[in-house]
Amino acid sequence: MNKAIYRYELRQRWSSVGIWAGSLAGLLLLFMALFPSFSADMAAMNQVLDNFPPEFKAAFGLNSLNLATLEGYFGFCFVFCQLCLAIQAANYGLSLVSVEEDDLTADFLLTRPLSRPTILTSKLVAALSSLLVTQILFWAVSLASIAMFKGDAQYEPRAVMLLFGSGVIFHLIFFSLGLLISLLVRRMHSVTPWSLGLAFGAYVISAFSGILGDVKLEYLSPFKHFDPGKIISEMQYDTTLVVVDAALVIIAIAASYWLYQRRDIASPS
Amino acid sequence: MDVIQVNELTKYYGKSRGIENLSFSVREGEIFGFIGPNGAGKSTTIRLLLSLIHPTSGQASIFGKDVTKKGPEIRSQVGYLPSEVFYYDHMHVGELLKYSASFYPGDHKQRISYLADVMELEMHRKIRDLSYGNKKKVGIVQGLLHNPTLLFLDEPTSGLDPLMQRKFFDLVREENRKGVTVFFSSHFLGEVQRLCDRVGIIREGRMVEVSDIRTLQKNNYKKIRVLSQQALDSFDLPGVSNLHKEGEWTQFFYSGDINQVLQRVSSFAIEDMDIEEPTLEEIFMHYYE
Repeated sequence: MNKAIYRYELRQRWSSVGIWAGSLAGLLLLFMALFPSFSADMAAMNQVLDNFPPEFKAAFGLNSLNLATLEGYFGFCFVFCQLCLAIQAANYGLSLVSVEEDDLTADFLLTRPLSRPTILTSKLVAALSSLLVTQILFWAVSLASIAMFKGDAQYEPRAVMLLFGSGVIFHLIFFSLGLLISLLVRRMHSVTPWSLGLAFGAYVISAFSGILGDVKLEYLSPFKHFDPGKIISEMQYDTTLVVVDAALVIIAIAASYWLYQRRDIASPS
Repeated sequence: MDVIQVNELTKYYGKSRGIENLSFSVREGEIFGFIGPNGAGKSTTIRLLLSLIHPTSGQASIFGKDVTKKGPEIRSQVGYLPSEVFYYDHMHVGELLKYSASFYPGDHKQRISYLADVMELEMHRKIRDLSYGNKKKVGIVQGLLHNPTLLFLDEPTSGLDPLMQRKFFDLVREENRKGVTVFFSSHFLGEVQRLCDRVGIIREGRMVEVSDIRTLQKNNYKKIRVLSQQALDSFDLPGVSNLHKEGEWTQFFYSGDINQVLQRVSSFAIEDMDIEEPTLEEIFMHYYE
């Protein structure tokens, strides 16, 4: 781990962290601001929801979430936050080493007296720090928006904490997958289509598995592993799936180190 | 002692050739010219030596250490000026040099300001706003600021104006006098001729020849030009090559006994005659025929 690289990388992501945290805050405040009117007239709301086809409700997790409760409503909002967190983490993972190769600046660090694992570790820790900062800001805004708009509603803090925890796991999964993918291809060119594809792809798989009721598909998508509806109703994670995800993260990171050590850095000319 | 040793080094990019069975060595304290046209494998060789890419087969060592195993250790003593300079656009020149210096132990402030002075580099400008030549200057300072004992220069002069080229050459000579070994890749032969002790010629991924620059020049090749009203077309003598006419002048290369060619020439009615050492450029072209 090299401190100079760490500081440089951290500075590079400052504005990005600000934008992501800001967007998440905006999203949450907007959603949560509607909670008081939602809970006030739940009967009418349920009537509206009943008119939706069950497939639609399943796709948005509305079949397992009770929007009349605060944690249920927060869980509903949280799905969209999960999506944002997934895109952000995939972005950071995909660009971690590829952005320097695309900008043709990769030679600079790699010709310094540093080993590749040192470079990768410094960049990786910096990116994870940026993700952690995003999380902390996100938690703060979540708790603040809940406090602001909860009115008389009671909620189970444990449910909210479990949701926060799932956000951390989301970050790790999509970050490590992004990194691995970026090292499996020769050149990325552009990161955004990949990160959007990865995050929305996983989300769609999860939504479809809800529609089809297909059990096999749900093992593919972290959105299903950490379905807010399920977390809130069971007040715990599915241990097996958490272990699967942890293994996935570890394998993806280890494979990334292996691939990076062997990688040929394309010549600028 | 050999600073660089390359043994049967081969690099393929998928199916396309980088270099093939390249072997050569560079001695401590010399300026080694590495010449060849674009695409011959010059940059591939340098990138292999810096372990930016990995060999398909073969082996290379610097300071007696294997480049694939001891990269960081080797690179602490190595300066590299890439042929095309790409640095973090948003940084200031001074910031980038400070960042670069932070990876080498010791204080390099004085050295940076000395080098920046010599190369007339403005430290407060953004990399993004620099011209190609000015980026090259940043590259030069960045490559020398940690007092490396081995310098890789990959087509270093492109983009530098003649005055800066001279300053740069003076700088390289000065480093060389202090004992720094220089590996100088180029396709401009004139500059190699001015600077190098030995030269390796690479062509289509293979080393065609490694020799002393004087031997190469004196390799008993002469450039002979003859002015005559007579047609010299039937000038067939063993050792004559590349015979062609330029107006009334007939020009050819000759390698062999100088008496024989003089006798042959004197059998024609000639008005004038030049005998010159061929330039490296011309010798070089010769290797490509």
